[in-house]
Amino acid sequence: MTRKSIDLSGIRKSFGQTQVLADIDLQVREGEFLSLVGMSGCGKSTLLRIIAGLEMPDGGQVAIGGNDVTALDPSDRNLAMVFQSYALYPHMTVRQNIATPLRMRTLSLPARLPLVGRLLAPREARNRIAEAVNDAAEMLQIVHLLDRKPAQLSGGQRQRVALARALVRQPAAFLMDEPLSNLDAKLRAHMRDELAALHRRLGATFIYVTHDQVEAMTMSDRIALMIEGRIEQLGTPDELYRTPATLAVARFIGSPTINLLPAEVSPEGRLQVAGIETGLVTEPGPATLGIRAEDIHLAPEGIPARLIRTETHGADRYLTCQLATGDGQTIVLRQGASDPRPAHPQDKVHLRFAEGSAHVFGPDGRRRNHSHHRMVAA
Amino acid sequence: MRRFIPHILLAAGAAVMLLPFYWMILTSIRTPAEIFDISLWPVPDRFNGVENYGQAATSVPIARFMLNGVIVCSGILFVQVLTAVPAAYALAKLRFPGRRILMALVIAALCVPMQALALPLFVGLAQANLLNTYFAQMAPFFLSVFAIFLFRQSFRSYPDEIIEAARMDGFSEMEICWGLVLRGSLPSLAAFAIFSVVAHWNDLYWPMIVVSDTALAPPPLGMLLFSDAETGANYGALMAGATMITAPMIVCFVLARRHFIAGITMTGVK
Amino acid sequence: MTIAIGHTARSRIVTRGLLFALPAILLMAVIYIIPVIVLMGFSLTDYSLGALNWRFVGLQNFVAAFKDPVFLRSLTNTALYAAIVIPAGVFLGLGVALLVHGRKASRGFWETAYFLPVTATLVAMATVWQFLLHPSLGPVNAAIKWFGFDPVSFLGNPALLIPTMALIGVWQILGFNMVLFLAGLTAIPQDLHEAARMDGARNPIDRFLTVTWPMLGPTTLFVVVTTSISAFKVFETVAVLTKGRSGSETLLYALYLEGFEYSNTGYAAALTLIFLAIVLILSIGQTVRMDRKVHY
Repeated sequence: MTRKSIDLSGIRKSFGQTQVLADIDLQVREGEFLSLVGMSGCGKSTLLRIIAGLEMPDGGQVAIGGNDVTALDPSDRNLAMVFQSYALYPHMTVRQNIATPLRMRTLSLPARLPLVGRLLAPREARNRIAEAVNDAAEMLQIVHLLDRKPAQLSGGQRQRVALARALVRQPAAFLMDEPLSNLDAKLRAHMRDELAALHRRLGATFIYVTHDQVEAMTMSDRIALMIEGRIEQLGTPDELYRTPATLAVARFIGSPTINLLPAEVSPEGRLQVAGIETGLVTEPGPATLGIRAEDIHLAPEGIPARLIRTETHGADRYLTCQLATGDGQTIVLRQGASDPRPAHPQDKVHLRFAEGSAHVFGPDGRRRNHSHHRMVAA
Repeated sequence: MRRFIPHILLAAGAAVMLLPFYWMILTSIRTPAEIFDISLWPVPDRFNGVENYGQAATSVPIARFMLNGVIVCSGILFVQVLTAVPAAYALAKLRFPGRRILMALVIAALCVPMQALALPLFVGLAQANLLNTYFAQMAPFFLSVFAIFLFRQSFRSYPDEIIEAARMDGFSEMEICWGLVLRGSLPSLAAFAIFSVVAHWNDLYWPMIVVSDTALAPPPLGMLLFSDAETGANYGALMAGATMITAPMIVCFVLARRHFIAGITMTGVK
Repeated sequence: MTIAIGHTARSRIVTRGLLFALPAILLMAVIYIIPVIVLMGFSLTDYSLGALNWRFVGLQNFVAAFKDPVFLRSLTNTALYAAIVIPAGVFLGLGVALLVHGRKASRGFWETAYFLPVTATLVAMATVWQFLLHPSLGPVNAAIKWFGFDPVSFLGNPALLIPTMALIGVWQILGFNMVLFLAGLTAIPQDLHEAARMDGARNPIDRFLTVTWPMLGPTTLFVVVTTSISAFKVFETVAVLTKGRSGSETLLYALYLEGFEYSNTGYAAALTLIFLAIVLILSIGQTVRMDRKVHY
């Protein structure tokens, strides 16, 4: 029931002159946790709202479990959504809030009316709703809050109520629009674990919109990274991290941000950074070399640089170095805290990286194949 | 001493402001013989309130006027809310063609006083043979552009995400409009209700135009007829009538001062 | 195929919006748009209610209006009324607001006292005023006599009719203006007063002139506009106190007589349009102010 695939094909959407979504195709597999990631304005929220039926696409098709739902009202799509602001009904208690999706689905209009509704709603239906509300509240540990109003709850508690309201029924999928962005950092990390655990327990399809790559990396089965209304890359978190398809993906994923160095490839195919041979071989022409912080090491010999700053992050240590040649490009590298302490600031160091971990991008920003012919020369 | 100057000034002003109310109530409990007594002493020689109020209530149908006022005011308010709330909701939260035009019309109509429309409306009602009906007294006020404007402003601040959550939960658009969004704007609704009731309870111009049957007159028109008929004859009863007509609004005002002031000053359109 | 489906769903949303606005749109047409058009039509004819035939007279009604001594008198009367009510209503309202603003415990009482006339039924209160100002029965003249002056025939002397009604108008609107000014005063940040004090504005008048008055600018404009619109709509006091006798008609009362007592519909329509023009000119400022809060 809660494991439906969602298929989008050719989704287009413009607001006035601005094109927000350009021909999006995306297959969300049943039971998968898929994140839509990107910077604000990339179209990820619009795409989610189109799936929800809150926004009409200009063209294209939305199918849930193989059925075309493009023309259906949001309430007929059987999807549950958790909103960024949680969107709790302010005049209802937590109990009534969680019960609402069930009341709307199982009770007739007269039975939903205030006062008289109590008399018209069949006792059995009411009991079933009460039971489901209790189960959901227990799962999210908010039983003690059931009789409060949303205004009396903290941000984290509201978040749980919103989740409970989503999972009280069995929707085809859960849609979440930046649900953690209003929480403080510690609570956010905690809720991340809970959400991932919830997904494992329910085995339901989750579509999760966020601008925070850490959230996407830690929870998702797959990530769709969106840039300017297109899906730039779709893959597992590992794929996006290890083999970014474009410069933009490489730049977006990973913390600290990948080191990007302008490079020149000689006519015979040798890639040089700031005039230094890297040992990489690829197509001639200008290029960009990307190396993740953990793939660079201090070495007795290698690219000459100067250490500028050391930052300790508990288990990790970040070293910022400035290349001795070229126009003074800086590079960040990551060490384990147990590695030997680096030289003092301003000291000369030498950097090395494993060719296998390097990423090369062409002037069009696309990933380029490369090979390596020997170790980095001094 | 300087600390008391504001109080003294305010008290002097307030004495002038309240003098008519005091005089009205005082005269309403005096005997006709005491009318020539210009003293402000609050205790009359003989308490004549029962006779005066009795006469006011029987010689002219004050109770009938008040009932008419209640019928007209509640009828107007009911239809105003019924038509303005969905329109304001549509203007605030729905997209439809002509939305901007409608909004511009609402704002333009805000500037047009009812008195400017009275003539054609009167001719229309006369042609339709509807003069001297409750309907004629209420009809021009069925649409309150002010209510639309006010509710739209208030509805706009209702979070879109809650409306969307409600749509996903299967609420009908009517339920969202009346059950959720309006519920979030109850203070505006209360303020508007007060504004509307006070305005129409006190209005004289329109009833004077469409009502000539005493049995249908609302309080101000009734008061006018009463004072024309009774001038000089019995000030005590006249003041008793004035007190009865003014009392409902005054009592409500004193009980819910904050809401009243909010309701009436929301607009300069009176 | 999908585009067609999307289209029906979209048109359903559009229909829903229209459906919600429909009652208001229909009423707007019946109560505002059609009457205004009809009114303009009437103003160009000599139609009178009940008459069987009428003819088109062009702008003659407007020409006649500006030659009609009654209408011109009503215009000057209304202007005189406004000339008293606007400054007195605005400045007394401001003065009372300044005094009330500083009160803590007694503020509610003063607000109630001054606002009471706004809520009261003006027709009834005008009757009370008539009694209060009575040359022989009223306490006002008794007080005047007690001070040794001759009694004043407020509602007998034709020259005093408009000023007397204007005083009642001030009495009625003062509380309304006070509340608007109080709202304006509350909105002035306390820091500004303190800064002015630090800058050497030691006495209250200095502080009023450097901070309060400039900061109240928008409020004052609004109060002036609403006061003038109400002044040009004065009707109840005339209907109760003078019924237009001794040349004391105001604009709206003259209009009422022509349109509804004498049934000169065509001529009254022309007068109505003149009245409407005056009110519209006065309300432009107000609308611009309200409009600024609207973002569509």
